[in-house]
Amino acid sequence: MKILLTNGNIVNTEKSFIEKKDILINGAVIEKIFSKGEDDCNNDDIRIIDVEGKVIIPGLIDMHVHLREPGEEYKETIETGCRAGASGGFTAVACMPNTEPANDNSSITEFIISQACKAGLIKVYPIASITVGREGHNLTEFGELKKSGAVGISDDGSPVKNSEIMRRALEYAKYHNLAVISHCEDTDLSKGGHMHEGDISARMGVKGIPSASEEIAIKREISLAEFTGCPVHIAHVSTAGSVDAIRQAKEKGIPVTAETAPHYFTLDHSAVKGYDTNAKMNPPLRTASDIDAIKKGIADGTIDVIATDHAPHHTLVKEVEFDHAAFGIIGLETALPLTLNLVREGIITLYDAVKKLSLNPAKILGVEGGVIKAGAKADLAVIDPEEEYIFRKEDIQSKSRNSPFINKTLKGRNIFTMVEGKIVWSRDSKYSCC
Amino acid sequence: MSIFNHKDLLGIEQLSVDDINLILQTAESLKEISQRDIKKVPTLRGKTIVHFFHEPSTRTKTSFEIAAKRLSADTVSLSSSGSSMVKGETLIDTAKNIQAMNPDIIVLRHSSSGAPHLLSDKIPASIINAGDGANEHPSQALLDMFTIKEKKGKIEGLKVAIIGDIEHSRVARSNMIGLKKMGAEVTLSGPPTMMPHNVESFGVNVVNNPSEAILDKDVIMVLRIQLERQSKTLFPSLREYSNFFGINEKTLHKIKEGAIIMHPGPVNRGVELSSQVVDSPYSVILDQVSNGVAVRMALLYLLIGGTRSEDIVN
Repeated sequence: MKILLTNGNIVNTEKSFIEKKDILINGAVIEKIFSKGEDDCNNDDIRIIDVEGKVIIPGLIDMHVHLREPGEEYKETIETGCRAGASGGFTAVACMPNTEPANDNSSITEFIISQACKAGLIKVYPIASITVGREGHNLTEFGELKKSGAVGISDDGSPVKNSEIMRRALEYAKYHNLAVISHCEDTDLSKGGHMHEGDISARMGVKGIPSASEEIAIKREISLAEFTGCPVHIAHVSTAGSVDAIRQAKEKGIPVTAETAPHYFTLDHSAVKGYDTNAKMNPPLRTASDIDAIKKGIADGTIDVIATDHAPHHTLVKEVEFDHAAFGIIGLETALPLTLNLVREGIITLYDAVKKLSLNPAKILGVEGGVIKAGAKADLAVIDPEEEYIFRKEDIQSKSRNSPFINKTLKGRNIFTMVEGKIVWSRDSKYSCC
Repeated sequence: MSIFNHKDLLGIEQLSVDDINLILQTAESLKEISQRDIKKVPTLRGKTIVHFFHEPSTRTKTSFEIAAKRLSADTVSLSSSGSSMVKGETLIDTAKNIQAMNPDIIVLRHSSSGAPHLLSDKIPASIINAGDGANEHPSQALLDMFTIKEKKGKIEGLKVAIIGDIEHSRVARSNMIGLKKMGAEVTLSGPPTMMPHNVESFGVNVVNNPSEAILDKDVIMVLRIQLERQSKTLFPSLREYSNFFGINEKTLHKIKEGAIIMHPGPVNRGVELSSQVVDSPYSVILDQVSNGVAVRMALLYLLIGGTRSEDIVN
């Protein structure tokens, strides 16, 4: 059976415009996109879904999530993480290798993919580790990992300290066409820190994480990318100095791309006041001027991607003393409305926002998606950018609820998510069944 | 008499000038009890106070215990090594279990900044912060302010220098906040490695060299150097610390006539203060300890002695 999405406004990420057209989906693929009356699709075998007044976007792709499986299934499983993604408008996520054990070999990569298939919701692209056990010593088998389905490599929160190993990783990953994602942190400088080092950490008596710890590490990756000519992707940029360094590198033609997360352009370090562990993440929330710089970086293209760094944590590691609490917040279910705030503020256009959440990460990871066009997979989300609602704990699909946005009013909401022609999640049952 | 409208004492941050004045006045009237032959009044008879110390403490714990006993409260002590926290119980669970035995006050000392804040809205008993990480040590700042007022007759308008490891000091934080609230002028001094980034946001001056910082000061508050900081590259050696940042006979002659030297204890003689300075007439270190009991009696009395109206929450 075919599906016709009619009366929707389609966001075209390739040509940057919005067009009111119908989409005919045949199986997993978009068969054609056409204006009303241009074609006669009256056929009994077509399910017509009227999305009048709604916006159709390419399925969002989050290139930085933590799905916790294998090893920490009490926080999230691949299935619950996929459901959280689907409900947030994502049709694909790339999951970091900081599982237990680390995703440093093809059997774990294959396990992740098979769990994702069983869940049958959205696409999961494993990111494998750069070094065995994420310990920073021996390179993993990039070729094998790629063959098993890994799309990129990263040592995630235990960044490769040894510059020689990082250099070789960049060179070898380029040969295998694997994206290299770097969590940039000088861990000597940030050691023992729990929040941004500034006036609020001084006030609260909490050891700080200086902006320099991120910036030093970013500058090393830029130097290595310049020297080797191999691309590097910088994860979760949080400081003004980082944005400047990446902007200069791009101006020099160095192959560097970068992402930030919605919380880094939404909240500053004052959110931590009262020792709120739901505002504790790494890198930490920074200052208002860092937020401004990140917005500028998003606007001028220095920052290519918005990724969530979705980091589910159980209350067991969050409802504890601030300096014992785990770093990270969930993000898949709030990324869309928080990013749409940038559109409403006039920082970026709707197409650019959607691009940073779909086409750009797809290109960096070398995966399909991010465009709505005939012949492409029918991976898309139908959203209402204007709907206002309160983000409630009960509505969270992730297995964890560690979000600073609970009980906050958000604007812009996903209505249903389609992966390869199948509606995998919808807020209204009228869309889910045939 | 005004009313102390707080369920807990989390920090000086949460107190108003009126609150601080009320505590200091109450302490003044209770101080005399400790000088009696029979050092006990029945004010808190039938009340239970748990001293939950998750970090080693001699003086603060003893001071709280004596304060509670002089007011006739029943006291129980719990340390982390003797508690089930070593068996993996979370702080909240331990506190809830203590709460289940219905104490009136939990006096908490904890190595994590914000630990008493974590418990305050989950536990109906009053929480007194007896020192949390590098955040606050409010009863220490209150006894320091009490001592300053006793010796100098006032706090407002005084010039106070706080010298040493500011970054890791909850005593410094509580005093900075409290002294500023009470109208004193605060100058911080010590090695730049132990001065918090953006500390000026407290509204204080920074003069790194202590021998400059002490000039014209009415109060010189010297902090304890924690010896393990040396291994964290914050200063090269105790010898160098004492030569460049310690207060000794050489610096003593620069001190203004009538100034007082304070220290929260325990003193490392020969490091931050030379022995001669500790034993000099400028030193009020032992008065601080005596006043600690009176101030803590005042805190216990104000939190559960009946002045707090029953319907207020925080």
